[in-house]
Amino acid sequence: MSVDSWLLLVKALWETVYMTAVSGGLSFLLGIPLGVLLYITKPGRIKENAVLNSVLGAVVNATRSVPFIILLVAIIPLTRLLVGTSIGTTAAIVPLTLAAIPFVARIAEGAINEVPSGLVEAAQSMGATPLQIVSRVLLPEARPGLINGMTITLVTLVSYSAMAGAIGGGGLGDLGIRYGYQRFDGVIMLATVVILIVLVQLIQSIGDRLQNYYDRTR
Amino acid sequence: MIELKNLTKVFQAGEKEVKALDSINLSVPEGSIYGVIGSSGAGKSTLIRCVNLLERPSSGGVVVDGQDLTRLSEKGLRQARRNIGMIFQHFNLLSSRTVYQNIALPLELAGATQQEIETAVAPLLELTGLKDKRDSYPSQLSGGQKQRVAIARALASKPKVLLCDEATSALDPQTTRSILALLKDINRELKITVLIITHEMDVVKTICDRVAILSHGQLIEENDVESFFLNPQTDLAREFVRSAIHEKPVAEVESRFQSEPVKGSRPVVRITFVGQRVVEPLITQAAKQFGTDFVILQADIETVHSKSMGFLMVEIMGNEKDVEASMNFLKENVQVEVVGYVS
Repeated sequence: MSVDSWLLLVKALWETVYMTAVSGGLSFLLGIPLGVLLYITKPGRIKENAVLNSVLGAVVNATRSVPFIILLVAIIPLTRLLVGTSIGTTAAIVPLTLAAIPFVARIAEGAINEVPSGLVEAAQSMGATPLQIVSRVLLPEARPGLINGMTITLVTLVSYSAMAGAIGGGGLGDLGIRYGYQRFDGVIMLATVVILIVLVQLIQSIGDRLQNYYDRTR
Repeated sequence: MIELKNLTKVFQAGEKEVKALDSINLSVPEGSIYGVIGSSGAGKSTLIRCVNLLERPSSGGVVVDGQDLTRLSEKGLRQARRNIGMIFQHFNLLSSRTVYQNIALPLELAGATQQEIETAVAPLLELTGLKDKRDSYPSQLSGGQKQRVAIARALASKPKVLLCDEATSALDPQTTRSILALLKDINRELKITVLIITHEMDVVKTICDRVAILSHGQLIEENDVESFFLNPQTDLAREFVRSAIHEKPVAEVESRFQSEPVKGSRPVVRITFVGQRVVEPLITQAAKQFGTDFVILQADIETVHSKSMGFLMVEIMGNEKDVEASMNFLKENVQVEVVGYVS
């Protein structure tokens, strides 16, 4: 491979890492609170609110049902509003984040669901406020599950980011399509796939280690 | 210290209404250990959860330490709950926190400083015998140790009342005894009023001062523990007492057992005696004095409320007059009840 090809690969890898990390971080920041809200507003929970719960549930489901490639172009006006442009790597972060938020929310809700309800009762019996129950009991106890969910989300974002090429986002997937598919450059194609495999392996093994470290139930 | 007034709890199960608690009136004296016993499904857990309003009663009052909890605001209720410790059947410890951090939790919630927490937790580790487990996680502890952590945690906010919801039901008999001994110590030394919900008569027998029986959401009997064992009033109470003294029919006699006397049949009597009577030779005295014979079908001495209590089941043999005289002699000294006849 030529020096140029290497440079292309390095640049594309950086774009993929950048898109995945920023949209991952943002989606955790917004998706986890949304997941908490989905959990605590369910009937019988600490902030029961059937209306809010079903509205949130419906919005989350609706966002999750839109195919990502459609979401990518459908929200161009929003993207332009938020980052000033609808083209490029940074612009791709907006749809990636928007797609990941409901995904993270459902995963967080599921992880919190695994916390035994007796712990919430115990905290209530100590006079904990709902906010304290969330911050001192639910989130710490759900941490291994949350870390597992974040790992899944990051891996999914790596593969979603391949579609970001459609709006000029770049990244490894885009490079593979343009050079490997459209220019019949098998070497570049193979190289992008290998790098993606290594990247996903890396994310997964870091996630597994963190999860093991925080899991005190074993 | 705890006063339940006309407490009623109705659950909505689809179209149907289920009365889990029906006009419960109950008063737990300050400094006592009070047991509520009942079979599963009797409403015991609902009852104890109403005392700190984990379950809000449909009607009636819950007065703890002079304060009606049902009239408090959310904030007032949270404040009041710090005065009421609670332990559970399944311990409910936070798996992500060490023993020390679990015990510290109620203090953290109340906004205590690290210094205050350290000062409060150290003696609790000592009291519950967990000093060397300070930095262990719950998954590394045995059931008994977990319950000790839960007890220490419940005591951290210096409550006046401790609620125990089936606290020993998940423990083996030996561990149960050590936990009960710990609860008794806490009651005596820290002057904490204890309310215990259980289905095990052994718990009532070992540490309770008073006991109430809950059946289908109603309190059907209430007494001090000694009188309860000597004179159970309801069928259910009798059944519980019998389970506590391990009374069961003797196989060799059972086939000949009948409830009404027939010609030549001999009475089977249950003899209950308490305190000093346990060490008096009443049976042999009766045998010598009236020339009757006694077949011992069952004998048990239990410690009830730290007093010895004897339970004896005997078949009395002899001629009718002597048997009658023996029974009268025994009745003067101990409690005698004819339970049937064998022929």
